[in-house]
Amino acid sequence: MSSPAIALNRFGLGARPTDSVPADAQRWLLSQLDAYDPLPEEWRQTSRTAALVETWNTMQRDVRQAPDNQRSSIREAYLRQGRLEYQAAVGARTNTALQTDTPFIERLVHFWSNHFAVSIDKQLTIGLAGSFESDAIRPNVLGNFEDLLLAVVKHPAMLLFLDQAQSIGPQSTRAEMAQRGNNGSAGAGVRGLNENLAREILELHTMGVRSGYTQADVTEFARALTGWTIPGDRESGSGATFRFVPQLHEPGSRTIMGRTYAEGGERQARAVIHDLVTAPATALHIAKKLVRHFVADDPPADLVQRLADTFTRTGGDLSAVYRTIISSPQTWTGSLTKFKSPWDWSISSLRALGSRTLKPTQATNAMVQLGQPVWRPGSPAGYGDLSSTWAAPDALMRRVEIAQRLVREVGGSIDARTLAPHILPGTLSMATTQAIARADSGSTALALLLVSPEFLRR
Amino acid sequence: MSLDRRGFLSAASLLTLPQQLLFAQAQTDRRFIFIIQRGAADGLNTVIPYADPAYAKLRGALAIDPTTALKLDGTFALHPALSKLHELYGAGEASLIHAVASPYRERSHFDGQNVLETGGKAPYQLKDGWMNRLLNLIPQSPRNGKEAIAFSPAIPLALQGAAKVTTYAQSNLPQANDGLMMRVAQLYESDPQLHSLWTSALDARDMAGDKMGGAGAGQNSITLGRIASGFLARADGPRLAMIETGGWDTHTGQTARLATQLKNLDNLIGSLREGLGAAWSQTVILIATEFGRTAAANGTGGTDHGTGAAAMLVGGAVNGGRILADWPGLEQRNLLEGRDLKPTLDLDKLIASTLAQTFKLDTERTTRLLFPDAVRAKALPTLIRA
Repeated sequence: MSSPAIALNRFGLGARPTDSVPADAQRWLLSQLDAYDPLPEEWRQTSRTAALVETWNTMQRDVRQAPDNQRSSIREAYLRQGRLEYQAAVGARTNTALQTDTPFIERLVHFWSNHFAVSIDKQLTIGLAGSFESDAIRPNVLGNFEDLLLAVVKHPAMLLFLDQAQSIGPQSTRAEMAQRGNNGSAGAGVRGLNENLAREILELHTMGVRSGYTQADVTEFARALTGWTIPGDRESGSGATFRFVPQLHEPGSRTIMGRTYAEGGERQARAVIHDLVTAPATALHIAKKLVRHFVADDPPADLVQRLADTFTRTGGDLSAVYRTIISSPQTWTGSLTKFKSPWDWSISSLRALGSRTLKPTQATNAMVQLGQPVWRPGSPAGYGDLSSTWAAPDALMRRVEIAQRLVREVGGSIDARTLAPHILPGTLSMATTQAIARADSGSTALALLLVSPEFLRR
Repeated sequence: MSLDRRGFLSAASLLTLPQQLLFAQAQTDRRFIFIIQRGAADGLNTVIPYADPAYAKLRGALAIDPTTALKLDGTFALHPALSKLHELYGAGEASLIHAVASPYRERSHFDGQNVLETGGKAPYQLKDGWMNRLLNLIPQSPRNGKEAIAFSPAIPLALQGAAKVTTYAQSNLPQANDGLMMRVAQLYESDPQLHSLWTSALDARDMAGDKMGGAGAGQNSITLGRIASGFLARADGPRLAMIETGGWDTHTGQTARLATQLKNLDNLIGSLREGLGAAWSQTVILIATEFGRTAAANGTGGTDHGTGAAAMLVGGAVNGGRILADWPGLEQRNLLEGRDLKPTLDLDKLIASTLAQTFKLDTERTTRLLFPDAVRAKALPTLIRA
């Protein structure tokens, strides 16, 4: 694969008919770091997190005040509204990906959104998933990893998805009060500690699984995180999307991986998170995931180490890490190593055909059919990033079917013979060139281009 | 703009068509439908020259057995899948045209279709399509852009141009996609990972009884014909229509594939006839392809890109029951470049004459506008009833 093709397809989201092939591939990628718009027009039309928190609180209040037999219909109405928010956000994400002139940074948005995955499999998060990406991920992808992590952990979608919003310190004021109210019948009706978020921060977001922490560390971290939750009614109208509630917080100092953190309310977990970000295991974990995404399923160890070194040296400056990967020779020597995910493939196909917008329902449905519904991975680990995750018989058949459908909309307005070398510069094989030339119609030729071996990979 | 399948079938009277689909009254009752066969349809196994001694020899295992073919006259017979067309021929409502070709003499589908649809002499010489230019000749007032329709999601080249036209495609009408599936299989042959995935996918489909090219495909062409005739039967409906068919590029496995293709075409014709009702007597359907296929079978159970092809005129307004062919013969010395059926009739001329007679236009003027470079050769007999 040529350098322009690597820049366009592996780092970008695929070339459009109107894009010029970048003369200097590295410079083209670097320039995007300055040109990126965290909240482009399509996203500006979706709901911001603060408004969605108001809606959430209104629902909670209505449920509390409603008679028992009306509560479920209030929740259902909330979910219906949530589905609309979800659709709109999928549309914004898709159209931004189709229209963007900074496709490398959009790809990074998608990467981090999947690294810090929330899933609408947990129904109550459905309305918030889009705002998680727009308000927690997008503003922070070029900044410091710690800021990104904090924005993620404090976002209501994450607080709900990993049950942090309900976690209560067993010795907290609230728990004590509840126990007294229950005449000492221990714990009845009282929620307790939930370790879910603490565990996933360690296992997925920062250090990575089996990187030296123990179950005791998870529990201690979970205790430190108690009190981190969603704003309640009292903050209504303040625009807040997060609050620390001292009454929920487990008092006392915590010991995590041999280090003791003195009691300090919200600052306690902040200190833990800061140390997690600076742990060598985190630098390696993040470096490995980035190299796997941008270079190869089996990431070259020396390149991973180089990225990890940058991460550590700069205290988690993500732009510096991206610059390292762009400037590394190994990045530019690869063959077509990555099998595109369904999202990658759909977006690059639509871009190749010059589409600028897709109806939100169409975008949502296509991703369901292709097996990668937006913000709906089966676990907090997000979608897999290996060839074996996506290269499957039925998945391939579906791509062929969807390719056929996509090109029908275009008709004869695009000539695959001129488009193919334009979007796959220096990459197009003789076999694909011939298949396109011999196709029995313009639309068959386009469909073949979209399902060709070199277009299925990046 | 789309109706779902259920919505359409439960409203066969089209009472539920949205307002924007209602059309202005055209000043002609005649309907012209162009069915394009994309991919170079094999004329020799469609309108079979069974009496030509070279036919069976050239085609070998691909030759259609004359005892199963549907006889037209002492020389030609139709492929057995074309039973409805055969009936129409017998009723004087279909004519078959053979050894016909556009001015294009190379063998690229793209370029060939470009010439066929633009009406130019060479590919990309003209930017718009002859059906679009035809709109200027058909009296209509006021013009509302609904006089011509393509039953496709996008406007095919033949209908592209200055005059406004419309399109209609049922969003969930499944496509018969044998052709694409086969090409994909070929493309993946040299890619071990994709080849293995694709083979597994096809095996799984076969097991699920979802075999490509099955009965479902035939059902589609009937539905398509029903939809198209729903529009065209209306007094205030469009007068020009285009229907695209694909999958004719039979380099391999021709016997089974062509039989399916022709069955679908036959069903499409049958369902148009049925759906058009009284308007059938005013209808002319032209069926044509960009070029024909080699006279001889190739080594992979198919035929390759050729030149001379067959075309069809079908409809109640067709002066039918006739075969138009200045038969060049299939002897080696008679073949174009020693491999293709030699064209003896200009497709341009056939189309121009058909349209002039259908809409009662001046042939000379119609030809000049639609096919500016057409060679002025001897006049064709009356193709369409007055």
